[in-house]
Amino acid sequence: MTIDDIQDKIIDEFSMFDDWMDKYNLLIDIGKDLPVIDPKFKVKDFLIEGCQSKVWLHPDFDGKLITFTADSDAIITRGIVALLIKVLSNRTPEEIISSDLYFIEKIGLRQNLSPTRSNGLLSMVRQIKLYAMAFNAIKK
Amino acid sequence: MKDINDIRADFPILSRKIYDKPLVYFDNGATTQKPQCVIDALKEIYTTYYANIHRGVHYLGDLSSEAYENAREKVRFFINAGKKEEIVFTSGTTGSINGIAFSFGERYIKPGDEIIISHLEHHANIVPWQMMCERKGAVLKVIPIDDSGHIKIEDYLKMLSPKTRLVSVSQVSNALGTVIPVYEIIGAAHSMGIPVLIDGAQGVQHGVVDVKKMDCDFYVFSGHKIYGPAGIGVIYGKEKWLAELPPFQGGGDMVDQVTFEKTTYAEFPFKFEAGTMNFPGAIGLSAALDYVLSIGRENIALREKELLLYATENLTAIKGLRIFGNSNNKIPIISFLLKDIHPYDTGMILDKMGVAVRTGTHCAQPVMNRFGIDGTVRASLCFYNTKEEIDSLVSGLHKVIGMFE
Repeated sequence: MTIDDIQDKIIDEFSMFDDWMDKYNLLIDIGKDLPVIDPKFKVKDFLIEGCQSKVWLHPDFDGKLITFTADSDAIITRGIVALLIKVLSNRTPEEIISSDLYFIEKIGLRQNLSPTRSNGLLSMVRQIKLYAMAFNAIKK
Repeated sequence: MKDINDIRADFPILSRKIYDKPLVYFDNGATTQKPQCVIDALKEIYTTYYANIHRGVHYLGDLSSEAYENAREKVRFFINAGKKEEIVFTSGTTGSINGIAFSFGERYIKPGDEIIISHLEHHANIVPWQMMCERKGAVLKVIPIDDSGHIKIEDYLKMLSPKTRLVSVSQVSNALGTVIPVYEIIGAAHSMGIPVLIDGAQGVQHGVVDVKKMDCDFYVFSGHKIYGPAGIGVIYGKEKWLAELPPFQGGGDMVDQVTFEKTTYAEFPFKFEAGTMNFPGAIGLSAALDYVLSIGRENIALREKELLLYATENLTAIKGLRIFGNSNNKIPIISFLLKDIHPYDTGMILDKMGVAVRTGTHCAQPVMNRFGIDGTVRASLCFYNTKEEIDSLVSGLHKVIGMFE
């Protein structure tokens, strides 16, 4: 499946619920499937600091694909980072760099989670893309 | 006292809905909502007599200057200062403390001098002093707190020394709600001739403040936390200090004579009010203070005590809820953690139920570090809140437990 196929699937899943409480429950469930980061990477170097909750994100590049593992101390935030990983893990650097993450807008994440301040959603996306750019440079 | 329904009707925003649920506004420690009379006062300025103050010779300028100076007199009356010249308008508490820290540092501080603050301070009463200490080679001393969130007076008394130049503490902790024994702190400092600044950002709105009786040298607060507009704040300073301190900003309206060789400054308070001041904010603040006086500060304190008691009782009844700051002398701020649930998760779910709380470190990271936590959920109430709203918070928290456990 392409990045956009997975985005469309996520949009479908979220559109089954009207109430944001139900959407949160879905997000919490998605967080449970997060490929969890090795505790040895839960250090400052891999910390993305949002305003309120901590997110650790670790990239692994095998020369072809980047795989991400992550964790957060807040459950809703863990759901958000899990969504990003579902979409962007096991992809080539080029795929990640050129991805357009329209699902964030479509499922209402942006409006409902005030991403600029409290959960670091935008910092997570930025960090993932930065890793992709760095690995892309190494590869060349 | 005015009926609670009538009080709530004075604040238009309180009747709005959030995600189709009635708004429960418990973030009054961050900022308070505005009564209609404040909104009307601002509207009146901009629609009928808006013009710059202290400048034009024209009719509107006279009107706005007069209203601005009346606002200064209102603030004087409200905190019982001796003279209205002892009232300086600023942009807020942060602006007030930065201003004093700069001017005081320039005038009095030498390398090795000491400034005392407490472990309970908001960043606004930490960082300006750190910056000043760095600039002047002075040392910042911090009064420790105990497990219930009280400052350790014994340690404070030992800290006072001939090197101490100033003590700057809050009247009330913004993160825990603890009332700080400012009278004792001021008395001890004064016995050694040391001046004291009181940060009243969380104090001025919860009871009667009398700076003469308190005998503090400086008292600062923000308009927006006492039902006034954002962007206006106050420095009260004793005459002798305001006369001696140099200005902290230069510009228009604060000068006496300007040549390129030398500028002489206007008298206080004007030498501290450079540039076009937020005079609509000051006039709006005056309307807010009138409103508070019309409700009655004793009435406000009584009602808030009742709300605090009810909230504390009902929140502690929730299994696994821990309150930080267990003083019996508190304003209605309740800082808590729900089991092991992250404050952010709690806050997000409460928001969806229409309950607005603050989560995080509340700009008081040292306080959080003291308790070994990353942050709390803070419900900060005021007199327009109700017991029914507290019930909504409690049922919201049960929902949170259901979702995250």
